[in-house]
Amino acid sequence: MWKTVARHLLSRAPEPSTGDPGLVKSLRERVGTSRLGRSLAIRHVPAGSCNACELELRATQNLVHDLTQYGLSFTPSPRHADILLVTGVSGKNMREALLQARAAMPEPVLVVAVGDCAVDGGVFKGSPAISGGTDSVLSVDLMISGCPPNPAQIVQGLLSFIEANEFLARAPAPRREMG
Amino acid sequence: MILLSHEDWPAHQGRFIALWTDARHAYALYEPGELVAVELVDGAYPALPHAGAGWFQRLARDLNGHKAIGAADTRPAIEHSRDADGRGPWPEFKSPEDEGVHQVAVGPIHAGIIEPGHFRFSVIGEKVLKLEARLGYAHKGTLGMIRGKSPRLAARFAARVSGDATVAHGTAFAHAAEAALGLQVPGRAIHLRAVMAELERLANHTSDIGAIAGDAGFAFLDSRFALARERICAASAAAFGHRLMMDMVIPGGVAGDIATGGGAAILDALDALEVELPSLKRVFEDYASLQDRVVGTGTVPPSLAAAYAAGGYAGRASGQTHDSRLLPGYPPYETFGLYVPVEQEGDVAARIRIRLAEIPESIRLIRDMLNALPDTPIAIAPPIGSGAGLGVAESFRGPVWYWLRIESGAIADVFIADPSTLHWPLLEHAAATAILADFPLINKSINGSYSGVDL
Repeated sequence: MWKTVARHLLSRAPEPSTGDPGLVKSLRERVGTSRLGRSLAIRHVPAGSCNACELELRATQNLVHDLTQYGLSFTPSPRHADILLVTGVSGKNMREALLQARAAMPEPVLVVAVGDCAVDGGVFKGSPAISGGTDSVLSVDLMISGCPPNPAQIVQGLLSFIEANEFLARAPAPRREMG
Repeated sequence: MILLSHEDWPAHQGRFIALWTDARHAYALYEPGELVAVELVDGAYPALPHAGAGWFQRLARDLNGHKAIGAADTRPAIEHSRDADGRGPWPEFKSPEDEGVHQVAVGPIHAGIIEPGHFRFSVIGEKVLKLEARLGYAHKGTLGMIRGKSPRLAARFAARVSGDATVAHGTAFAHAAEAALGLQVPGRAIHLRAVMAELERLANHTSDIGAIAGDAGFAFLDSRFALARERICAASAAAFGHRLMMDMVIPGGVAGDIATGGGAAILDALDALEVELPSLKRVFEDYASLQDRVVGTGTVPPSLAAAYAAGGYAGRASGQTHDSRLLPGYPPYETFGLYVPVEQEGDVAARIRIRLAEIPESIRLIRDMLNALPDTPIAIAPPIGSGAGLGVAESFRGPVWYWLRIESGAIADVFIADPSTLHWPLLEHAAATAILADFPLINKSINGSYSGVDL
């Protein structure tokens, strides 16, 4: 055990990731008026995935990728969420639930489509059981492609939100109105 | 395939695995790969008496409109009858008629980062009297997408039936296509498939054991096992170019050879897991607060597991010895031998113990197989032929079966039986032995795939 403790004391944390500057700039224009707080809560909705994206989403929370260090966390309740993160194709059987989750969130809502299926239906594009990607149901603010995208790509994509939002969060943020 | 009469079909004995229909026949699959069929008359066939047949008969009705005459359960399986707006009627969930019974509705969106499905509990106080699972939310039309495509093209859909078992599904699909076309796969591909399948098993076992502990509020095991999974995924990416090794298995072989340095990356990840595993196992066994949550929780008795021909850890924790790597068996496992742990208790703790016992065996297999990689090509091209074939591969949760009919190089018909199809009814039984608060543990310990049955 002492060996482990000593190793941890001597080791240095890896450099934190940063968002893509171009993306941050364009998101800032969208988030600019949003009055979000300093940390963002994510509500994940699987709209018809194969569960690979869920595995990699879970992996963003592990000791290596550690999403919470950037002020991003997953929340079970849509009422507490700023980001609606959708994985999988937009299946007809999940459309109603996806719309209800979106309606339950306080404005402003940022919608992220994670994985090729959520981006445009992926390999299932054209299947009669689906309506396409997430944007066939909701307007989408950010797309993170990959099948599945790896945890580092997901973290980097989500970081653009934090960085776009940080710009305004330096001033004391007014209390959010519950929608 | 044996064609049976309408009288012999329901009387056929054996361990029932799957049932499906095509335009002219209904097929039933029994262990270890015995296929029987009966002709459809006016789109109907006699229902089978096996416990596991119920879901498949409901599914055949939803997918092809074929009726099982005499079936007790005629609820839809994955069909929600929704209109273009996604709105549809809710089914009626029947509670036991006792005083003070009320229903608790959960899902399709769950609290954690998992797949969608609706659970309707009938409870009296804390005690669960009945659970009814309504699935079909992850329905993507996979079977329809596979039809008409060449085996190599369709492999992309097999790899996305259940992402956590993408290698096993890819391998079972490839086995079926190779059986239909009479294809001999080169030795190196056979070994690399097995290396990937065992890596997949390790990645899922580690992350799921941790997640069960996490559901019991024990964060330490969750974070350590999640780290073990991360190391395995990173090594898989170094060796095969993809963390989950998706699309690596193709009919005729594998899509790419193991990368230079990939073997060393895998061995390093295995070493790290092997060093830490005994201490993690001790923590699991020694902490009374954790054991209190898992011992005696969500029990599946061996008789019930046998009735549903449960495979994988869900079956082995309840006295079932079956493993498709041994029976019917496929290469290269006969070269390396295989130890299959079996327990009798059938509770959450037993399912965790089975998975803990499978980890060292997978580590040994991967090391042995990497040491003995044959020097052959990695794939041969499938010919443009016709034929029908069955294929099986053992995923971490049990045997995955594929049935294919190929006509002039294109897939004319297909059926996919994920082991979850037989495990969901077991979850409904297991949940009704416990209190509502234990459901997350029981659900995670059986870990049925939603996407794998929604197709």
